[in-house]
Amino acid sequence: MKIHEYQAKELLARAGAKIPRGIVASTPAEAEKAFDALGGGPVVIKAQVHAGGRGKGHFAGSGKDFGGVKFVNKRGDIAGIAEVMLRYPLVTKQTGEAGQKVSKLLVVEASAKIVREVYVGMVLDRAVGAPVLMACAEGGVEIEEVAAHTPEKILKTIVEPEFGLQPFQARRVAYALGFTGEQATRAETLVTALAKVYLEKDCSLAEINPLAVMDNGEVLAVDAKMTFDDNALFRHPDLAALRDEAEEDPAELRAGRSGLSFISLTGNIGCLVNGAGLAMSTMDIIKYHGGEPANFLDVGGGANKDQVTEAFRILLGDPRVKAVLVNIFGGIMQCDIIAGAILAAFKEVGFHVPLVVRLEGTNVEQGRKMLAESGQNITTANGLTEAAKKVVAAAK
Amino acid sequence: MSILVNKNTKVLCQGMGKAGTNHAKLCREYGTQVVGGVVPGKGGTTKEGFHLFNTVAEAVEKTGANASMIFVPPAGAGDAILEAADAGIELIVAITEGIPILDMARVVRFLKGMSCRLIGPNCPGVITPGQCKIGIMPGYIHKPGPVGVISRSGTLTYEAVWQLSHLGLGQSTCVGIGGDPIIGTNQIDLLKMFQDDPQTESILLIGEIGGTAEERAAEYVKQYVTKPVAAFIAGQTAPEGKRMGHAGAIISGGSGLATDKISALRAAGIAVADSPADLGVTLQRAMKSKAG
Repeated sequence: MKIHEYQAKELLARAGAKIPRGIVASTPAEAEKAFDALGGGPVVIKAQVHAGGRGKGHFAGSGKDFGGVKFVNKRGDIAGIAEVMLRYPLVTKQTGEAGQKVSKLLVVEASAKIVREVYVGMVLDRAVGAPVLMACAEGGVEIEEVAAHTPEKILKTIVEPEFGLQPFQARRVAYALGFTGEQATRAETLVTALAKVYLEKDCSLAEINPLAVMDNGEVLAVDAKMTFDDNALFRHPDLAALRDEAEEDPAELRAGRSGLSFISLTGNIGCLVNGAGLAMSTMDIIKYHGGEPANFLDVGGGANKDQVTEAFRILLGDPRVKAVLVNIFGGIMQCDIIAGAILAAFKEVGFHVPLVVRLEGTNVEQGRKMLAESGQNITTANGLTEAAKKVVAAAK
Repeated sequence: MSILVNKNTKVLCQGMGKAGTNHAKLCREYGTQVVGGVVPGKGGTTKEGFHLFNTVAEAVEKTGANASMIFVPPAGAGDAILEAADAGIELIVAITEGIPILDMARVVRFLKGMSCRLIGPNCPGVITPGQCKIGIMPGYIHKPGPVGVISRSGTLTYEAVWQLSHLGLGQSTCVGIGGDPIIGTNQIDLLKMFQDDPQTESILLIGEIGGTAEERAAEYVKQYVTKPVAAFIAGQTAPEGKRMGHAGAIISGGSGLATDKISALRAAGIAVADSPADLGVTLQRAMKSKAG
């Protein structure tokens, strides 16, 4: 689960990090009020969306040339800019062409100027099996790019999950980033807060980018990004409240409520599969035979009729879907039971596109017989290749 | 021979809820020696013919169990693994899906230096066909034979085993290592065991997008594995930044890509199947070409 910048910065501030003064606004009038409350000096208005690349984005259809991060000096300009940001969708390289509707703005005090930016972030290092703190003296950069091309510029510090980031580690990071004197101490406070939030809140990613030195000597978390481990949300009810469902794909959200794992893709063949590995492989084999999957959908190990029905509704609710492939390897899940669920769901939902079903595994003969004798317009297939070829042909 | 489990393995089941009990029964029907279950507070009673114990330590003392199968729900699963390790269980198979990543980071680091082996979590388990099944895989699709199977997936492994058995290629041992970012036993650990196991003549490696474990496995095969190896990587069409069902199956920041994994595997002389329908035949060809 992702959260907004203002939420991530609040979590950091509560853990002891210094952040620029800012106020959240949902209307142009609130933005003006925020401007006044922050002292009437220059501010930066930042559109709150989960997608990255805000500064270089644009508001589709607005006719304006600014992106989701705008420096404003005059009170008179605030309402107009806020109006545009809240009305038109923000398009960035991460949002897709349709863009993302903005419903909150963060108005941040900007009287001090940034004189230096660095990057600090924390992520799981799978090879080590522990979180790692990454620090890079070049801030405001895309850390993935740095990692790919000049990995030697990233200082990595393994953080023992049981002990947390130790003071000596924070000091080493601060000095390696080139901080001295008072500023080193301030930077240590920020990275310590970052590690604390990461471990206490079960993050899968936490970044301060940039961590900035201001012309008045302060060291601040100017921007922050956080993603949380979905498996750990059960023990963080405070985080669940930060969820912004407007940022999520409606079909994915709906599937999640039924215990289905669903990802929207761009093709026209709907897929319903049991098991994540087989679901990915089903997408792969559709593509291998010249088709394009419309989604990834894993109904899990013990799917029932209600789940299959809901899955069919989600698939058929997508107007791009021209054919549907069901691929079930019945291990513990028995094929006759899944065939019954498919038939019941098929009748209930009302199919308007071809359905190809491939069943294999436990009680497969009964399952196939049930589908064949149902009198419904269902195409059956033996084996993965035949299933893929049939559904690709049906979608054309 | 086989690896990890055989007909002498004595198995406990930790977590005897609906799923745990059902699978303990299926394992017992397969022929596995399931010697009891652990349910705090139910010690001294029985369920479906299984003796229940309050603690793993007590169960080990009374039954001589040397393996454990864990179905404890996510919030308590890390603790269940530690309890098994502390009680001297040699092989811990964690089936539970959805354990918080930081819990597993703590568990795996705690287990370092201990003599036990953890398989999973979020895995289908381990089976040595005809001898011992610890996990949720359908037993009947497996046949005893020469192929060692290593997989991050569940149903895709069944698909692979199904194809192998239909080609007359039985399996020495099949191990589902789990779909999470942090797991107890990785591909390299198992490649080493299969290379050293006399029954195993060839190895099928089923990987997924996410992480760099397959790249490291490829490097290991190149240096140390003389037996024929075939592989498949699921998720060639997956988009970046999306978690494909498994917590570990995510392409992030340009790493974990299927294309990188496939080229690393090919560079190590491993036969990689282009289509998931060709898992069995790709291994069959690899065996023939290595023999010829």
